[in-house]
Amino acid sequence: MTTASSQTRLVTAAYDPLARMSAADWLKRNLFSSVWQTLLTLVTAAVLLRFFWFVLDWGVINAVWVTSDPDVCRAATGACWAVIVEKHRPMLFGLYPYDEHWRLVLMMVIYLVTVVVSLMPRNWNLRFLVPLWLVAAVSIGVLMFGGVLGLRYVPTSEWGGLPLTMLLFTGTVLFGMPVAVLLALGRRAPLPVARGVSVVFIEALRGVPLITILFVAVNVFPLFLPAGVQVDKLLRITIGIAIFFACYQAEVIRGGLQAIPRGQYEAAASLSLTYWQTTSRIILPQALRICLPAITNHIIAAMKNTSFVIIIGLFDILTATTAVMQDPLWRKFYVEAYLFVAAVYLFFGYALSLYARKVEKWIASGRI
Amino acid sequence: MSQSTSTQAADAPIISLHNVSKWYGQFQVLCAVDLDVRKGERVVVCGPSGSGKSTLIRCINRLEVHQEGRIFVKGLEMTDNVKNIDAIRRNIGMVFQNFNLFPHLTVLENLTLGPMLTRHMKKADAEDLAMHFLRKVRIPEQARKYPLQLSGGQQQRVAIARSLCMEPEIMLFDEPTSALDPEMIKEVLDTMIELAESGMTMIVVTHEMGFARTVADNVVFMADGRMVESAPPEEFFGNPREERTRTFLDQILKH
Amino acid sequence: MIDATPARDGQPSARRSKDLLYSEGFRAAAYQIALAAAVVFVGLFLYQNVVENLQRQNIATGFGFLREVSQFEIGETLINYSARDTYARALLVGLLNTLSVSAAGIVLATIIGFSVGIARVSNNWLLQRIATGYVEIVRNVPVILQVIFWAAVTRNLPAPRQALELWGLGFLSNRGLTFATPVADPAHGWMFLALVAGIALAGIGDRWARRHREATGKHVDMLWPSLAVVIGLPLVVWLAFGAPHLISFPERKGFSFVGGYTISPEFVALMTGISLYASGFIAEIVRAGIEATPKGQVEAARSIALRPRFIMRYVVLPQALRVIVPPLTSQYVSLIKNSSIAVVVGYPDLVNIGNTVMNQTGQAVEAIAVMMTVYLIISVVTSLLMNTYNRLVAIKER
Repeated sequence: MTTASSQTRLVTAAYDPLARMSAADWLKRNLFSSVWQTLLTLVTAAVLLRFFWFVLDWGVINAVWVTSDPDVCRAATGACWAVIVEKHRPMLFGLYPYDEHWRLVLMMVIYLVTVVVSLMPRNWNLRFLVPLWLVAAVSIGVLMFGGVLGLRYVPTSEWGGLPLTMLLFTGTVLFGMPVAVLLALGRRAPLPVARGVSVVFIEALRGVPLITILFVAVNVFPLFLPAGVQVDKLLRITIGIAIFFACYQAEVIRGGLQAIPRGQYEAAASLSLTYWQTTSRIILPQALRICLPAITNHIIAAMKNTSFVIIIGLFDILTATTAVMQDPLWRKFYVEAYLFVAAVYLFFGYALSLYARKVEKWIASGRI
Repeated sequence: MSQSTSTQAADAPIISLHNVSKWYGQFQVLCAVDLDVRKGERVVVCGPSGSGKSTLIRCINRLEVHQEGRIFVKGLEMTDNVKNIDAIRRNIGMVFQNFNLFPHLTVLENLTLGPMLTRHMKKADAEDLAMHFLRKVRIPEQARKYPLQLSGGQQQRVAIARSLCMEPEIMLFDEPTSALDPEMIKEVLDTMIELAESGMTMIVVTHEMGFARTVADNVVFMADGRMVESAPPEEFFGNPREERTRTFLDQILKH
Repeated sequence: MIDATPARDGQPSARRSKDLLYSEGFRAAAYQIALAAAVVFVGLFLYQNVVENLQRQNIATGFGFLREVSQFEIGETLINYSARDTYARALLVGLLNTLSVSAAGIVLATIIGFSVGIARVSNNWLLQRIATGYVEIVRNVPVILQVIFWAAVTRNLPAPRQALELWGLGFLSNRGLTFATPVADPAHGWMFLALVAGIALAGIGDRWARRHREATGKHVDMLWPSLAVVIGLPLVVWLAFGAPHLISFPERKGFSFVGGYTISPEFVALMTGISLYASGFIAEIVRAGIEATPKGQVEAARSIALRPRFIMRYVVLPQALRVIVPPLTSQYVSLIKNSSIAVVVGYPDLVNIGNTVMNQTGQAVEAIAVMMTVYLIISVVTSLLMNTYNRLVAIKER
């Protein structure tokens, strides 16, 4: 076996044109293959160089990095990164009481550690993960709310910034994924009523903008509840985003379910597994693996969608930054501030998609 | 129901089909089929494609639902009663043309899943059982691999072992060698022959006439949803009664 | 799945009532009834609560409010509207604004998206990398952040006095985008009709040519006649009306502009944000469409000596379009839905005005229902059109 495979590798290496291409060949093929291509390359390169030079000139050479005086920035011709240094606390933490910001830093550390640990395959064991998340949830709750252990109580209406974005995102995925699975199963169920309910629910919610759902969460949801029962606004909004997310994700998962051959159901039936045993042990594990790339796309979209809460006045990182940019002294430097926020989203989005690519590799190699 | 009291005579059929019919829309796939199989009996079902032979055995464990007639397994009638369906399926192992192994589980997990979930065995016991049957089909060394890492013949033997782990009294084989490369057919047939020698009740849908000749107690020929002929192999191959059987045997044995 | 398949016909065996509980068919029916009952029960429960809550809070119900006077002004309207008009008319103004910003956004997104998509599969490595970088950035930054960013940009544009001049055709300032337009003339309406007629004629001509080719084997090249009729007809109409060629150029005057047409900074910001965001997705759709036509197909077409234009027309385009059109339409729908974030820049779209109506009347349920219904209709109509298209494409396959 080993000799055979190493031989194959040798053979492919010998015939792989890319592997043997010299730098000159590569340049000729990809940049200067014809007069027209050469022209295109030169023009593009010129534009690109100009752009990079501008970025360098504006963003580095003439930039102001640290100052608490906006006039210093105004005098400079470059970027004013000082606005981020100066305003990073209201941008990152929103309305949360200034003296308690350390609690949010601690919360983010706990959160990130929990997430990173949970993403490693060797920790995929419910007996470890469930207690881990319980501990994380309780300690994050204690840190965020306070009111115990001598911590000052902070209501959810004062939560804000990046921690809020993280909580919204996590709540969306944790609550939305199971709903998505149920909706997808409902849409493929043998029972017509279950199919009908799922189809109407999914299609109706996919047909309207997220904002209208957030309006429902804020303005209509309280009307649904019996008198005297109240649900926190933050929770209502999280549920709204999560259900919206679930409807899109349900369609993705349905695609995965459709890809499972009939024989898998039949083999499970011949082992006399029940519907739920078949679904949870045989069908879903395969369906979710199949549509993992699409699932990740929607998870990343869910992270971007948390920014919609600006419309209903939750202070996530974007709302907080926009509020900070109302400051007449600093608002001229909005480009720098929004670039920073964009970079935060890009960072987390990129990290998620890198991780997803890794998971796909693990799946392909049979590791999970 | 009188049939549910399963005190039966020793030679009473373990599987019994009376007048079973089935339609796909307007098209009748099974026409009033009668079949009795006694304990330990080996029946080979053959016939041209589209003759309803696969549908027939799939009706026995209700992967397909028959619309007329009655099917009894060990005295229990196969109706839409979920208790009966469950009891009957536990007694019947099924091997498919395309193996239908669970690709996301290792060979060992494929084998232990049924015993653990439906027979509530402990993991260690289920694994012992699984290794026992993997040794029977001669691939215990593949236990930790995934199905798609095995050859077709190995996969089909794993599928046989998976069914055996449910310790059924009856095994159904739905064209078990049709999806295999020629050089792998023998290893699967050998496994099936060993199984037959151990006294397992088997219904095998196959085109392997050599297997039918050596192993079968009874060969059934089907065409157009009807059972055309049913006879012991010597008679079936030596002196077929029906014209259609003769034509079929001519076609299949000529090359 | 298979377990729950209900029996088609009645099972031949006689059943006792105990057996009934274990019957698949009975169980399936029971589950369904239970589920339906649960849905109805929850629905009634919520309805009951809503009615009680509304009564207790003294909020009116029903859509009667639509006929009341709105008492608020709207900055941008395509139809006549004042604060003395009804809520219904205000919402109509919002809907038209939604449609106009979406239409402009769709055009812009399509142009950018197709350009970037083609650059994505270019042989030129440099261009390809730039296109990839663009796609990754615009797709992964939240659309709302992009819109807010562009709103800040337009707000910080210079005042009309120092407005950026666009090659003599218009100005970009903190008042928005002002550009030259032809002076309105009755000819324009007729020219538009002529354009539609021309496109229809070209379509008929194309079908005729195809039938003619199939019947006689002779190929009639319809490219130039089609172009001639599409461009020519409006041109003829224009000439027939005495070639009205007055163009209104904007000029700086005081703190504003005279002449031309101005679109507000809010419109510009919203349109730019949502269309750049969508262009990233469209580029990926176009790339996938182009890559969907295997090289072998083109080679096969060349091997039977088809001319390059025919290869494009009969081999590449049909296959690429089949891959491109359905996701492209759903991108358009999601762009329309994304336009609902207009409220963050203060553009008076349907949701923005609906929000105002909701706050004034307190009738949240009805106001939200109006918004949702409008978007649902847009989505449903689009998906019906899409189904028809897919059917047509599928028939052509045979």
